[in-house]
Amino acid sequence: MNATHKYDPHRKWEARTPPKPGEGGRTSAMIASLAAEGYETVSAPFGHALVGEAKKNDRIVGLTADLSKYTDLHIFAHAFPERFYQMGMAEQVMISAAAGMAREGFIPFATTYAVFASRRAYDFIAMAIAEEYLPVKIVCALPGLTTGYGPSHQATEDLAIFRGLPNLTIVDPCDAIDVMEAVPAITAHEGPVYMRLPRGKVPSVIRQHRPDYKFELGKAKLLRDGKDVLVIASGFMTMRALDAAVELEAQGISAAVLHCPTIKPLDTETILAEAGKGGRLVVTAENHTKVGGLGEAVASTLLTHGVTPAFRMIGLPDQFLDAGALPTLHDRYGISTAAMITQIRGWL
Amino acid sequence: MTIQAATATLSNMSLARRAWEIRRKAIRMGEVQGQGYVGQALGIADVLSVSYFHALAYRPDEPEWEGRDRFLLSIGHYAIALYSALIEAGILPEQELDTYGMDDSRLPMSGMAAYTPGMEITGGSLGQGLGIGVGMALGLKAKKNPAFVYNLMSDGELGEGSTWEAAMSAAHHKLDNLVCIVDFNDQQADGKSTDMLCSEPLGDKWASFGWHVQRVDGNDIAALVAAFDAARDLKEAKPRVIICDTIMCKGVPFLEQREITHFVRVEADEWQKALHVLDANRPE
Repeated sequence: MNATHKYDPHRKWEARTPPKPGEGGRTSAMIASLAAEGYETVSAPFGHALVGEAKKNDRIVGLTADLSKYTDLHIFAHAFPERFYQMGMAEQVMISAAAGMAREGFIPFATTYAVFASRRAYDFIAMAIAEEYLPVKIVCALPGLTTGYGPSHQATEDLAIFRGLPNLTIVDPCDAIDVMEAVPAITAHEGPVYMRLPRGKVPSVIRQHRPDYKFELGKAKLLRDGKDVLVIASGFMTMRALDAAVELEAQGISAAVLHCPTIKPLDTETILAEAGKGGRLVVTAENHTKVGGLGEAVASTLLTHGVTPAFRMIGLPDQFLDAGALPTLHDRYGISTAAMITQIRGWL
Repeated sequence: MTIQAATATLSNMSLARRAWEIRRKAIRMGEVQGQGYVGQALGIADVLSVSYFHALAYRPDEPEWEGRDRFLLSIGHYAIALYSALIEAGILPEQELDTYGMDDSRLPMSGMAAYTPGMEITGGSLGQGLGIGVGMALGLKAKKNPAFVYNLMSDGELGEGSTWEAAMSAAHHKLDNLVCIVDFNDQQADGKSTDMLCSEPLGDKWASFGWHVQRVDGNDIAALVAAFDAARDLKEAKPRVIICDTIMCKGVPFLEQREITHFVRVEADEWQKALHVLDANRPE
């Protein structure tokens, strides 16, 4: 956890000693992909799923703020050019316009990066969409720590921001299957939705562990059982949890994994049932600051219902994160598979 | 003209040669990463040359010297270009060039104030630089500091409402110490800027917001020098904008031809090829 740039005037411009290229140093890339995790991948699952849904539902329209290519919405734009609206680099009016189109009977899918939707367009989402319970689906790439570009692109607090907003359903899918099955589900949902988007080449993970898995809006799913620890995870941290569970099993530790892709409303029934079984350490795992995300939502649910297992959270620290290569940063901030295993072993 | 504290001590290398040096450094940094916004860097090199070797007052060994002109990089992804200029200006050591984008480097791929001497603000969430520039210009006036604020922004940022809030604010407060430079290369992430959200007639828009407007060929150094001088010397109590029409990848013709130039794909062997093209055309 060294070399952070949590603002400290005494450390400003601090001389750093990065390795040279070819000497073990890692470089950052703008758009991160989780494709290189040993799983098969699906290309642009969101774009293709939206095209499939739009063929059946002519109320669907797509809007973007100059990021169609980076949110896979360009697939939809090519299939339905007359239903695609390029709004330019103007997130606020994109959201307001999406609200306006929803008022005229359409189901707008509006895409940008998670930082811009949550930070810049928040008031517009709150008043024009959420308060009016309009069926606008806000779908955002680069959630949490999925780019090495630094705080301007790392949406480490988007769930915290949006969880406080009444009426809004929040989805944090793990993999390509989740994304493809979430598209019809959130279309059918009558209210507004914020969905975090893995884009580009997206791994297909869960069904390789659990062939009968299906995404259901509002439902948490037990992907594997185990007697020592219960990991409750969302987003790509479910993939990390599954990988960690396999490794832990080889080390004699039995880990259950509960995938919780709908952050709000939370599937409290399943969470209480699993966490209430007793005898297991409960660990939440999220690609998000530990402030205000899945971990605190689960903790609040457990305490409110008098369920009090040993409880720990895996997530990002409460600080602005470094720029750098994603593998480096995931290790540094404790959300790589290896870091997850180390933490869980330390807690048992 | 105003104080030239830094330039007086530098060699009298031509501005064209400085721009060439900036381009060359940007290509070398791009090679470190195997990628980067080199298209923007090559396009804006002439503007940065005129900024750092003609217009701006600064002290290379004292980046926070109170008398300096403030140069804000609203477009964080242009950091590769500004690092090149800062190295060329002696504010950053040249040996750090090889660390561009590496873990724990002082030169991250998107510019941040806490990382890099000479980087005045953390840009990258586009549409914020001009508003910060308004505040710095107000602050300088309150301190009776005669320094200027230069904000470099992209044509894509013209889409953000915050840009026009700042534009209206600057004119309202008669900020004659604020110069906004718009890099109009007509490219943004999804395609041509004018196809995404058309900002034309751009000069008329700024003028109607109360700004002094110049529009120049941003790859013509003589035109840029004249425009920067005029912006500085103007006596009217209004903010100044210089709209610079630039060509992405300027100076490396085989890259200029490439179709999608917002994030230029450069093959591994093409970095050296690009350097050779530049080297064959080195100005004096």
